[in-house]
Amino acid sequence: MTPNQRGFYTLLKKEVMRFWAVLGQTVTAPVITALLYLLVFAQAMKGRAEIYPGVSYTEFLVPGLVMMTVIQNAFANTSSSLIQSKVMGNLVFLQMAPLGPWEWFFAYILAALVRTLIVASAMLVVVLPFVHLPIHQPLALIAIFVLTSGSLAVLGLIAGIVAQKFDHIAAFTNFLITPMSFLSGVFYSVHALPPFWYKASHFNPFFYMIDGFRFGFFGVSDVSIWHSLMWTAGFFAVMTAICLWMLITGYKMKK
Amino acid sequence: MTAALTISGVRKTYGKLEALKGVEFQIQRGEFFGLLGPNGAGKSTLINIIAGLVQASAGNISVLGHDTVSDFRTARRLLGIVPQELVFDPFFNVTDMLRIQAGYYGCGEEVWPWIDEMLQRLDLWEKRKVSMRALSGGMKRRVLIAQALVHKPPVVILDEPTAGVDVELRRTLWTFMRDLHSKGTTVVLTTHYLEEAQEMCERIAIIDKGEIKALETTQQLLARHPFRFLRLKLAEGAVLPVELQPLVAANINGSLELKLETSKNSFSSVFALLRRDGVAIEDVQTRDPDLEDIFVELTGRKGEVAA
Ligand SMILES: Nc1ncnc2c1ncn2[C@@H]1O[C@H](COP(=O)(O)OP(=O)(O)OP(=O)(O)O)[C@@H](O)[C@H]1O
Ligand SMILES: [Mg+2]
Repeated sequence: MTPNQRGFYTLLKKEVMRFWAVLGQTVTAPVITALLYLLVFAQAMKGRAEIYPGVSYTEFLVPGLVMMTVIQNAFANTSSSLIQSKVMGNLVFLQMAPLGPWEWFFAYILAALVRTLIVASAMLVVVLPFVHLPIHQPLALIAIFVLTSGSLAVLGLIAGIVAQKFDHIAAFTNFLITPMSFLSGVFYSVHALPPFWYKASHFNPFFYMIDGFRFGFFGVSDVSIWHSLMWTAGFFAVMTAICLWMLITGYKMKK
Repeated sequence: MTAALTISGVRKTYGKLEALKGVEFQIQRGEFFGLLGPNGAGKSTLINIIAGLVQASAGNISVLGHDTVSDFRTARRLLGIVPQELVFDPFFNVTDMLRIQAGYYGCGEEVWPWIDEMLQRLDLWEKRKVSMRALSGGMKRRVLIAQALVHKPPVVILDEPTAGVDVELRRTLWTFMRDLHSKGTTVVLTTHYLEEAQEMCERIAIIDKGEIKALETTQQLLARHPFRFLRLKLAEGAVLPVELQPLVAANINGSLELKLETSKNSFSSVFALLRRDGVAIEDVQTRDPDLEDIFVELTGRKGEVAA
C-alpha cells in the first residue's frame, strides 16, 4: 500500500468507525422509522387498486421507502460528520494531513455508501418474509442505488463544506432533503397527481431515483429506466463537479 | 543545504486587517527556534498558513525545499504541527486517535511502538484506552503533541504547547522538546512565557502587528539591549538623589529598579551620587536584561512571566 492509499484507507475506516460507534442512531433508527411508515401506509391503503398490474400497494411502497431512507441517510452521514468535525475543531487534523481532494471525496462518499448499504439491506431483510419482491433488473438496481447514495453523500459533503454550524445542516435537511424525498413518488405513482404536480415531479431528481429503483424490482415504472438512469447519473455528475471544485479550491474550508 | 523552513513574502489580510505584512525569514535545520509576539501578532496565522489551514494572500513557504501548496503532500509529511486550540475528536480513544492520525500520513503498524513510547513519555499510558472526551485539558494538550509527532516529522511546530499547563507538565514538555531537538528535529516554538523561550530557543523572531521586529540568536538579542538594572532598597525615609529619579523603571515591593544605560550611567556614578546625598541603602541587586525587557522594548507590551 502506498502512503497515499493508506491515508485514504484510514480516512474511510475512520468514517465507517464513526457511524459504527452509534449504530442505534445511524442504522437501527432509520430502519425502524421506515418500517413504521410501511406498516401504517400499507394498512391505510389496503384494498386500493394496484398501481402497476400485479404489484400490490405494499410491494410498490417498499422500494420507495428504501430509497427515501437511503437518500436521507447518505446525506446525513457526510454532512453530519463534516459539520461535527468543523464545530469541534478537529477537522484540522485532516486538513493538516497529506490528503488530497480525491482522497477526501472518495473516503467520505464510500463511507456513506457502506452505511446506506447496511440500512437498505436491513430493511429488505426485515420486510422480505412479508412482502414479495421480485428482482427484475439487478444491474439497474445496483446502478440506481450507487448513484443515489453517491449523489446524496456528495450533496451532504457540499452542505458540510458550506455550513458553519449545525443549524445550517438542519435547515438543509428540513427544507430541502426531507420535502423533496417525500414529494418524489414514494407513497404514490406520479400519474395520480394533478397536472402541475405531475410536471413538477419530473424536475425532482429524487423522483427518478425512486422510480428507477422500483423498475429494478418490478420491471415497470412511471418513466423509462434509461431516463431515470440519465437523470440520476447527471445529478451525480453535477454534484460531484461542484464538490470537487470546492475541495480543490479550499472553498469555505481555508480561511 | 536547504533550510528547514523558508518563508518568503507571506502576507495575509482579513478584510481590512493585515494579519501578516510580508513576513520573510528562514529557519535552519536542527534549530530550536522561538516565534514570539504579543496576542494578535500573527504567530498562529503564520503557523496555520504553513500547516495549510489558511491560504496566504501572497508569498510562499517551503519545508525542506518542498512548497506547502504545490508540493503539499511532501511538505506536510515533513511537518508536525501542534495547534494552539485544544481540539479533539470525541469519537475515539487516545490510542485509536493516534493510530488514525498516523494512517493519514501513510504510517501503519510500524509506528505503533513509537506511539506507545510517546504515550509513556508524555505520561498518557494509563489513559491510552480512555475516550478523548474524558481527558483533562493538560492530557488533551499532550495527545495533541503526540498526534503531531506520530509520523516522526523532521520539522515540528508547537503553537503555545505550554499554555495553561502546570509546572510539572511544563518540565516534562521541556525535556521532551529538548530530546526531540537533540535527535536532530527542527523545533519551532511559540510561547508567551519569555523565560521559557530564553531558556530553550537558540534563535528568536519577535513578531508584532504582522511584522518581524527582530530576528537574532537569543544571545545577540539579549546583548543588544544596552541596559543593566540596579535594584536598590533604601532605608526608611531615605530619598533618591534627583539626578537618579528619571532612571527609575519600576518600584517592586518598595525596592526601586533603575534602568542604567551601559554607555552613560555607570554603577560607580550612581553610587557616587548616593554617597553625596548620604542615602542609606539596605540592599542592592543587579540584574541583566532578560527577554522580557527586550520584548517590552520592541513591542511596547508585556509578555507573561512564567510561574
Ligand atoms: N479567521 C480570522 N478572521 C479574521 N481575523 C482573523 C482570523 N484569524 C486571525 N485573525 C486576526 O489576525 C490577527 C493575528 O491573529 P493570530 O491568531 O495570528 O495571533 P497570535 O499571534 O497567534 O496571537 P495569540 O498569542 O493570541 O495566539 C489578529 O488580529 C486576529 O484577530
Ligand atoms: Mg496564536
